[in-house]
Amino acid sequence: MFEIFGIPSQALFGQLLIGLINGSFYALLSLGLAVIFGMLNIINFSHGAQYMMGAFAAYLILQYSGLGYWPALIIAPILVGATGIIVERLFLQWLYKLDHLYGLLLTFGLALIFEGVARNYFGSAGLPYTVPESLQGGRNLGFMFLPNYRAWVIVASLTVCIATWFVIERTRLGAYLRAATENPTLVRAFGINVPRMITLTYGFGVALAAFAGVMAAPIYNVSPQMGSELIIVVFAVVVIGGMGSILGAIITGFGLGVIEGLTKVFFPEASNTVVFVIMAIVLLVRPAGLFGRRG
Amino acid sequence: MRKTLGLAALAAVLACGGANAQQVNVKIGVLSDMSSLYADIGGPGSVAAAKMAIADFTKDHPNVKVEMISGDHQNKPDIGSQIANQWYDVDKVDMIIDVPNSGVALAVSNVTNNKNKVFIVSGAAASDLTGAKCNANTVHWTYDTWMLANGTGTAMVKTGGDSWFFLTSDYAFGHALERDTAAAVEKAGGKVLGKVRHPLNTNDFSSFLLQAQSSKAKVVGLANAGGDTINSIKQAAEFGIVKGGQKLAGLLVFASDVNALGLNTAQGLTLTETWYWDANDTNRAWTKRWHEAGAGSTKFPTMIHAGVYAGILHYLKARVELGGNPEGKAVVAKMKAMPTDDPLFGKGTIDATGRKRHDAYLFEVKSPAESKHPGDFYNLKATIPAKDAFRDPKDSGCPLVNS
Repeated sequence: MFEIFGIPSQALFGQLLIGLINGSFYALLSLGLAVIFGMLNIINFSHGAQYMMGAFAAYLILQYSGLGYWPALIIAPILVGATGIIVERLFLQWLYKLDHLYGLLLTFGLALIFEGVARNYFGSAGLPYTVPESLQGGRNLGFMFLPNYRAWVIVASLTVCIATWFVIERTRLGAYLRAATENPTLVRAFGINVPRMITLTYGFGVALAAFAGVMAAPIYNVSPQMGSELIIVVFAVVVIGGMGSILGAIITGFGLGVIEGLTKVFFPEASNTVVFVIMAIVLLVRPAGLFGRRG
Repeated sequence: MRKTLGLAALAAVLACGGANAQQVNVKIGVLSDMSSLYADIGGPGSVAAAKMAIADFTKDHPNVKVEMISGDHQNKPDIGSQIANQWYDVDKVDMIIDVPNSGVALAVSNVTNNKNKVFIVSGAAASDLTGAKCNANTVHWTYDTWMLANGTGTAMVKTGGDSWFFLTSDYAFGHALERDTAAAVEKAGGKVLGKVRHPLNTNDFSSFLLQAQSSKAKVVGLANAGGDTINSIKQAAEFGIVKGGQKLAGLLVFASDVNALGLNTAQGLTLTETWYWDANDTNRAWTKRWHEAGAGSTKFPTMIHAGVYAGILHYLKARVELGGNPEGKAVVAKMKAMPTDDPLFGKGTIDATGRKRHDAYLFEVKSPAESKHPGDFYNLKATIPAKDAFRDPKDSGCPLVNS
């Protein structure tokens, strides 16, 4: 047992693991944002509210149908993704040709509406949601006690992130998607239904946010403001990783989770702001982000 | 000079004669957190409680006309100050009430002192409001960090929790609660092994809970409130803090927090409050009216809502006694001179520092099996009488007390 900067190594490894687990939430959420921005050129400010809607959907599914966590993991993202598709068809499709700012304003307004409605019906203190039976408890790893649920979070997010990256970067469907973003007219000329692809992509990005929301419900307080606290940090993660880059979002998400975890050990009061300090530095040195492809 | 002017004004006001049938016009501002983490412990519920108090009082005193406005300070001291300034200067508000969030409360207390109006704090906790930062325009109702520390802190040390590790919210309230609880713990013979300060509105406490676990303290003290406390308790259960042999001390827990956690997670938690909706028939009847006054039937009133109701009643009583439109210091002096008596807190007093004194209650959260109806959360463990529940004015450090 040796000490690093006054902290016993055991404690430090525990904090690193915790940081990785938090990073997996950042990675999941920034993945959805990066997909939406990379493919649609829309800055989806309602991502946090959609994350919140996923968590609330899990709670409501439990209340009204008795279905627990595992079915909710599939049903909630589908439900919230469907609302995302409705939003895209009703509002977003008119904004693709306009400046980024309009998409930002619209989605920000939608986020405020979703949050306000949730707060009106459910209050701000939050709703109870517990860890599913099969994932309760944990194991003592020697240097820390790791709850089973947190281990599941890492595994699930890594799987989803890698699967999404693979679909977009390595499959034909992903190739169509990337081509449609660069030159929609030409891709349409080949007979591919571009508007439908775009709608489904937005729905998928929203479903990713809702998936993260269901994963968060057992461990974080299910309250209407749960998304607004998280979304600002996630935006910083996406900016650092590079606004259009899927891989950048994933790697940066995990990396920043670890850095934030270390800050919580050495200088906890700053743990809220360290991500923004890094963002400022990265923007000065590499304005396109660490893995960015476009300015 | 100011004191002489103040006394002269007071004399002039009192010399105006009896106020019985005179028209008294009052404007009250309910300043709270309407949209963020403290919105359930204060928020629209405080507005509902204020409406009830005004309706009840003006029913018996038809010569009193009361106007009420409300505002959202969003937990930001600069916004709170700006609203207070505008209300006092432009909207002619006489008294501001509620203000959960100690940072905002301290700012509004300062503004109230400068403008010589009245500020009744129901929501905020920092004992500095009647301590080093006290003034002659502020009354601190409901509760404070000293009372919480003395209630929960001392009780836990007495039952064997003599080493503590604090999880503290990094702003005025958290610091005050940590300071007062550490003092109470040390006075009762325990010791503080360490602390970690987290930003307000933190989602994830796993890192801090890990530090608490490795400290091997017998008690993990949560010097935070609202959503932060809920997250800490939820995640503490996840990390097996209590199963691992450490106890959790929720230093500030409200009925709405227990509602959000669910009894499964919250059972066994020890906490101190000064009012509980299900304690007796009067409180239950009041709660039913509170639901009908616009608070919604799925929530339960907290002691802060009760404090808003009782505080307004006592303020209006003082205004009627004085008559006319006296300045703030005069009204507060009158409130301190009159003993309090309201349906919710019973008989009590306001001491020289502005501290309202009433009994405090040590509660333990019931298990799901013991709870017979929604909102049936607490078992009463002990009653702490008013003279012991709150800090002695001599020890407060308040400049108003010549000690």
